[in-house]
Amino acid sequence: MLAGLILVLVAGGLLAWPAERYAANAPRWIALSALLLDAALLVPYFAGGFPEAGVWLDEVRWRWIPRFGIGFHLGVDGVSLLLIALTVFLGFVAVAVSWTEIRERSGFFHFNLLWTLAGVLGVFLALDLFLFFVFWEIMIVPMYFLIALWGHENRAYAAIKFFLFTQVSGLLMLLALVVMVVIHYRDSGVYTFDYFELLETHFDVNTALWLMLGFFIAFTVKLPGVPFHTWLPDAHTQAPTGGSVILAGVMLKTGAYGLLRFVIPFFPEVVADFSPVAMGLGVAGILYGGMLAFAQSDMKRLVAYSSVSHMGFVLVGLYAWNGLALQGVVITLLAHGISSAALFAVAGALQERIHTRDMNAMGGLWTNLPRMAAVALFFSVAALGMPGLGNFVGEFLVLLGAYRVDAPMTVAAALGLIIAPVYSLILMQRAFHGKSLAIGPIRDFGIRELAVMGLLMAATVWIGLYPQSMLDVSEAWLKNSLKGWGDSVAQQAYSQPWNEGRVSGRAL
Amino acid sequence: MIAAEDLLALLPLISLSVAVVVVMLAIAVRRNHGLAFALTVAGILISLATVPLVSDRVPRLVTPLVVMDRYALVFIVMAYAAGLVAAVLSREYFRIRESRPEELYLLILTALLGAGVLAAAHHFASFFLGLEILSVSLFALIAYPLRENRALEAGIKYLVMSGVASAFLLFGMALIYAETGTMEFAALGARTGTFPSAIGTIMLMVAVGFKLSLVPFHLWTADVYQGAPAPVTALLATVSKGSVFILLMRYGLEAGMLRNPVLNVLLVLVAVVSMLVGNLLALRQNNVKRILAYSSIGHMGYLLVALIAANVVGGNLAAEALLVYLAAYFAMTLAAFGVVAAISPADREAEDLEDYTGLFWTRPWLATVFSVALLSLAGIPLTAGFIGKFYLFTTGSQGSLWLLMGALIVGSGLGLYYYLRIVFQMAQAPELTQARPETGPVGMHLLLAVLLLLIFGLGVYPAPFIDLLHPEIKVSEPGRER
Repeated sequence: MLAGLILVLVAGGLLAWPAERYAANAPRWIALSALLLDAALLVPYFAGGFPEAGVWLDEVRWRWIPRFGIGFHLGVDGVSLLLIALTVFLGFVAVAVSWTEIRERSGFFHFNLLWTLAGVLGVFLALDLFLFFVFWEIMIVPMYFLIALWGHENRAYAAIKFFLFTQVSGLLMLLALVVMVVIHYRDSGVYTFDYFELLETHFDVNTALWLMLGFFIAFTVKLPGVPFHTWLPDAHTQAPTGGSVILAGVMLKTGAYGLLRFVIPFFPEVVADFSPVAMGLGVAGILYGGMLAFAQSDMKRLVAYSSVSHMGFVLVGLYAWNGLALQGVVITLLAHGISSAALFAVAGALQERIHTRDMNAMGGLWTNLPRMAAVALFFSVAALGMPGLGNFVGEFLVLLGAYRVDAPMTVAAALGLIIAPVYSLILMQRAFHGKSLAIGPIRDFGIRELAVMGLLMAATVWIGLYPQSMLDVSEAWLKNSLKGWGDSVAQQAYSQPWNEGRVSGRAL
Repeated sequence: MIAAEDLLALLPLISLSVAVVVVMLAIAVRRNHGLAFALTVAGILISLATVPLVSDRVPRLVTPLVVMDRYALVFIVMAYAAGLVAAVLSREYFRIRESRPEELYLLILTALLGAGVLAAAHHFASFFLGLEILSVSLFALIAYPLRENRALEAGIKYLVMSGVASAFLLFGMALIYAETGTMEFAALGARTGTFPSAIGTIMLMVAVGFKLSLVPFHLWTADVYQGAPAPVTALLATVSKGSVFILLMRYGLEAGMLRNPVLNVLLVLVAVVSMLVGNLLALRQNNVKRILAYSSIGHMGYLLVALIAANVVGGNLAAEALLVYLAAYFAMTLAAFGVVAAISPADREAEDLEDYTGLFWTRPWLATVFSVALLSLAGIPLTAGFIGKFYLFTTGSQGSLWLLMGALIVGSGLGLYYYLRIVFQMAQAPELTQARPETGPVGMHLLLAVLLLLIFGLGVYPAPFIDLLHPEIKVSEPGRER
């Protein structure tokens, strides 16, 4: 089943490539059916209920390269299930928003799109570090092609920068994980890349610090955290709309997932010492990203920098490492995935219509595009953290959890909630309000686009109003991974207020 | 006295020598391109077929000169396969160019023979003989298109360089012999030389550095790669470098060269500088063959990791890493030069970056092969290059060679840039959007398909190949079975 999830997308991509020859829209339909099949495969996991004891809902384990104890080992738990669902959902969105934008070579486009998604799914599923690394790198290559082939004016620069940042940091991770395996081999005489077996390995503090840094850099580049964020505005701005949706919606999440799944469980002692640094980087990201977002005149760049800011919350929440903050992280990942995907879709739709992303050349578009403007307003408001919408829940929980660990840091992070409205509203104001620049008649959102946006809105409202449904899914794993956490404060933070919140959540 | 068993162990080399003679006689009787080609291919195939016969009888020391073991045999298979590829490429390449290409095949066969001898060399005499057979064949191969100035220039350059290297090599060997009184690798390992033989070893390394185009002995590389016909460059880049590396590993382990701390430091330096300089020089090139030349300097630097680590991690893992990386390097380099040869028009070679603009849309199949080869050279997962790089990371971390690991990461990062530049160029919209039908002979495309499969096969499911190497691969002296 789990391998099927990935296989469907891989096969779909291979089918979509040549299908363009037979009908212009064939690749799109193939991509949609592959994603639909994936969604169908996911249903049983959601329907099956989430046991308290068993964390892993499903696992596959095959031998792959026995010489080094490498296995094809996939597993899904609540956290990865949510992220996979997000990936498949945004996959639909990406196909839908590219429906008219991509006119040339649509077969190869959808091939790349599906393979990127397959790589992302693999990252969320892999429980073998070698396999994880393979997926980690595999998703970069098709994304490179998406940017390099269908990107905008400065695509060569953006695509290569994106590839270089992620690949070089990936090599650091590869070195770190190989060293981990070698240390495990020296202790036990067995080569293994298996997640669970490597969890048992003990590292001395100095080595652990270096290893942790190798992973940390790779994941923070992807997240992206300051100061490794510079690839992101370029890549997002130059990518085609579908590419931006995938990049912002799911690819950034792989970095957070890596920190959550690997870095913190592998090196708990070091992480505790390192957390002020990481949280500091997170806060810096929140504030710096927000300020840069405000200063942009390119609409996509604005949204890209706002991602840096939102991902800062994720970093803060991860390194607070308690139940509240981690639940907040998961919700933020989902909510930001949806809201940023929607904003990129709006920016892409605008560019398709008026051929610019420069907000100086826009203004007064509300009269021309009332529907699109309303959608943009909805998601701007979601992004700025309006209660009742998804992003608010996530960031609120993160701040709540982080406050118990580091109050001053949290206070600084909370300032982000002031900056967010500023940059979100300036986007609305400059593009949709003000004096109309008389561009002439422009096509507003059609039914297809409205349907997609309606789905995204519904998801945001759902997360905002009934987050408990998501929290239940991810709870088991979080509880389990916090079990080994020695810090009593974190334990406390998890057990007491969390349960109260749960009761009140139920009561609502 | 040589027993029949010994001759049997040498079959892969003997049958290839027979092929050389047959092809030579055939050319003398009747000049026919097709015939010479067919005989060459048949000769290589028969020689390859003898390998399974031999593999049960190894390891075996045949005379003090040559040792046949699995390590040598695996490389011989790789080298012969590469020779086969070069022969097929040459057939298509010279069919439309040179009027008398028959001797080319003869030279390819002798080059392979030299490589085979090198892989099995266990003695300074066979070391030198193998290297000279290989090099002399290569001079002629490089300068084969006699009417082209650049090829001629490249041939002369390689000739002079090789001559100097051979002089260094001989002098080095003489110094070592003068002190230790033996020329057998294993016997050398038992004796620790001091002053003259340390100098001798360094001279020997200089010679080898020339052959492998390691920095600072790399100056000839780009010119020769560029000047030589693409199929010959493919042969030069793979067989010639691979066989010298195979020999170096054996010599390093058996003769105890790697135990010398000074030499170790020098090797580390050379490796780091090769990785960095090779990749840096490639950044600014606009000529695909020169880019590949500089990238090969970097790859030779990467390969030194396996050699340097050998002393710490043991010969088994190091030899395994070396062979895996070489197999990957062979497949991807041959594929890359294969594409260069395939898209070259009759009057010149397609080497400018502009020649590759829009290749994805005009000739998608060749562009796909080329991008896969380039991504493999860059070490992207699911390709053979990644498994090779993974092996180097594993060997390097086991040997705690952090400086080298750092250089490897930086080098790979630099490499990525210029490989992607070519891929990007191919992905650009071409001037004429009409897709041209894939021209060119079926054989060439079939060959590229096989190489593509090999790159993916090694990358996706390397277990069978690794099982073949592990744990039997040993670079060590077998007992004298006489």
